[in-house]
Amino acid sequence: MLNVSIYRYNPELDSEPYMQDFQVDTQGKDVMVLDVLEKLKTEDPSLTFRRSCREGVCGSDGVNISGKNGLACITPLSDAVKGNKLVIRPLPGLPVIRDLVIDMSQFYAQYEKIQPYMINNNPAPAIERLQSPEERAKLDGLYECILCACCSTACPSFWWNPDKFIGPSGLLQAYRFLADSRDTATEERLANLDDPFSVFRCHGIMNCVQVCPKGLNPTKAIGHIRSMLIRSAT
Amino acid sequence: MANIRTMSFDAVIVGGGGSGMRAALQLAQSGYKTAVITKVFPTRSHTVSAQGGITCAIASDDPNDQWQWHMYDTIKGSDYIGDQEAIEYMCQTGPEAIFELEHMGLPFSRTEEGRIYQRPFGGQSKDFGNGGQAARTCAAADRTGHALLHTLYQGNLKNETTFLNEWYAVDIVKNEDNAVVGVVAINIETGETVYVKSKATVFATGGAGRIYASTTNAHICTGDGVGMALRAGFPVQDIEMWQFHPTGIHGAGTLVTEGCRGEGGYLINKDGERFMERYAPNAKDLAGRDVVARSMVLEILEGRGCGPDGDHVYLKLDHLGEETLNAKLPGILELSRTFAHADPVVEPIPVVPTCHYMMGGIPTNVDGQALTIDKDGNDEVIEGFYACGEAACVSVHGANRLGGNSLLDLVVFGRASGMFIEKQLREGINLKDASEADIERAMEGLNRINHSEDGEKASVLRAELQTIMQNYFGVFRRGDYMKEGIEKLNALRPRVENVALEDKSNTFNTARIEALELQNLFATAEATAIAAEGRTESRGAHAREDFQERDDENWLCHSVYFPESKTLGKRGVNFTLKTREAFEPKIRTY
Repeated sequence: MLNVSIYRYNPELDSEPYMQDFQVDTQGKDVMVLDVLEKLKTEDPSLTFRRSCREGVCGSDGVNISGKNGLACITPLSDAVKGNKLVIRPLPGLPVIRDLVIDMSQFYAQYEKIQPYMINNNPAPAIERLQSPEERAKLDGLYECILCACCSTACPSFWWNPDKFIGPSGLLQAYRFLADSRDTATEERLANLDDPFSVFRCHGIMNCVQVCPKGLNPTKAIGHIRSMLIRSAT
Repeated sequence: MANIRTMSFDAVIVGGGGSGMRAALQLAQSGYKTAVITKVFPTRSHTVSAQGGITCAIASDDPNDQWQWHMYDTIKGSDYIGDQEAIEYMCQTGPEAIFELEHMGLPFSRTEEGRIYQRPFGGQSKDFGNGGQAARTCAAADRTGHALLHTLYQGNLKNETTFLNEWYAVDIVKNEDNAVVGVVAINIETGETVYVKSKATVFATGGAGRIYASTTNAHICTGDGVGMALRAGFPVQDIEMWQFHPTGIHGAGTLVTEGCRGEGGYLINKDGERFMERYAPNAKDLAGRDVVARSMVLEILEGRGCGPDGDHVYLKLDHLGEETLNAKLPGILELSRTFAHADPVVEPIPVVPTCHYMMGGIPTNVDGQALTIDKDGNDEVIEGFYACGEAACVSVHGANRLGGNSLLDLVVFGRASGMFIEKQLREGINLKDASEADIERAMEGLNRINHSEDGEKASVLRAELQTIMQNYFGVFRRGDYMKEGIEKLNALRPRVENVALEDKSNTFNTARIEALELQNLFATAEATAIAAEGRTESRGAHAREDFQERDDENWLCHSVYFPESKTLGKRGVNFTLKTREAFEPKIRTY
């Protein structure tokens, strides 16, 4: 039997959060953490968490698993269980709505701040805008972000200034548009990021890189943005 | 008294996936007050899981490619019950819709010329089937759905669409004229129930793959739109037509794109034989999905399956080389390593046909207007009600959808619905207000669940439903078996209606949502079962052991399921093309 400890909090019933212990028979199988949550929910339907695709592409089920942020659906027990114990908490740093469900408004607000859409006011051609495979390759490692918030909620700078520091996820997307040969708003984008907080609160701790379930590297993207900002200032 | 708050919009779109967000974008750009109700944050919708691409004759891979060839392939693929007028519209308008997405920023993979990369997919041909395999599926690596969905969300942010994220639509509100004037919806975070009033209500609620035990579909694909339409007394069309994707990962159900076979991968049985050469000598592994899925099941049934239980086959990719796999199919490498514990660079992926797509749905015309059938058998528009994407049956997929056509369907008909509603709003839509009693009626189902006192758990009932559908309405079907399945559903119905909701709290109550979703799953499953038993022929994805031949004399038509009488009617297939003579039904071989 696997010992599972889960963060519980229902604001309508509980004066404060608590950890609830469960025992789960996994029949020795190396299932995913989400499978364990689903099994527990059949027994206790009040257990609350988000999930959708169950294959690591929708970004719904970011949680803190035995101390590390990750997606429950693609984290096998073999990566998560320590001493026959699995501990599941909500992603840290953002308000908890209920159990493992957090309020992601601040995370989304930072994403929206970076103007996460193509800006190109030149008249569009009758076909696609051309882009070479090399130009397109610059978007690899950037566009794949699934907005799960594992990175930003693992970032001490984001915990400290969630309203002013864009955070690794938003900055990865900021660079996704800065790096796109089809986007023409580089100056405007850089000007919007050019303050002491938006980018420069990143201290290169690299928690974001360590936890990204898609293997992306926000720190590297932030480095590119810093260089662009410094270059545009001189 | 329906003592709930009202929110008013010009247009409300239920569903924040590809088709919903494409419709919303059109309406937001036009300046009309538009809201998207979506039960998950939009980028978590199931469109995100689409992998291989979006099929469209943009003439990149082949500068001489023609949309008419794509139209021919789609009509043949549909086994001739796709509406030719709708297919013509989709294939002809497609390039414009794709280029719009590219201009919006969709990060398509590229050719050396800088154009959009296209790969071969199943059922594709040049020159009306005479010119060999075409490569017509536009791709962003093997993450096309993700790239498309995020791009559409970004476009909607740019145009300031109102999103009601993590809201769940419960039921349709109809006025005294039987017109649709909005929905009752729950704000999941707070539990507040609201009447969302609208002049135009668009259902872009996606599919319902979760009626089966084994599916590529996300947990959220629970047929909410179909369920709501049926409860409102509206019919659904061709709902017996379910696509089983040939390559779901054995055990996990997660999808492995047809693009794998497009890039040169192929299926083998336990003897290492490339068996599709026997079933489809020309197209081989790129035959229609229905053909490939049936061939796989036959291999397994005849004892040539792989693994200790002989219950799957293998998809071989290692011969493509690590470099190609990393460049073209990086997501598949990830999925296979995670869910099959197999590294495709060195070993094959265990795969099995898995429920993937609902070809049927709410019948609509090309403008997205939902239809019902009057007592004389004529189409009748349901005022105020529209549908697009997988929830709709317009019908471009008929009895079998071609790979890459679902994403095209989403954008083309999401866009078309948006444009048509914009025109109607400009001309003025006048629907009578709903009365208190009308709103009250739309809250009955919710009230029943909120006041449930005993009953069984939603998870238990859902699992039973999924097992029945898997066992009695799968890849191969038989009349007596299906009748047994219908009996089992009949026995399950009162238990589903009496589902327990122990947790009555308001804050983010997912147990309540799952109890409501269960009602929609059941309604979709029941319609599927009755329609499948009623269509006494084999066509496309609907393969019957007791009626093995296609029966054009009796069944070259849509089935229409009427929920109030639980009976099956027929509706003519459209054979009117604007640009040429219609394609006459032929025997379908690959």
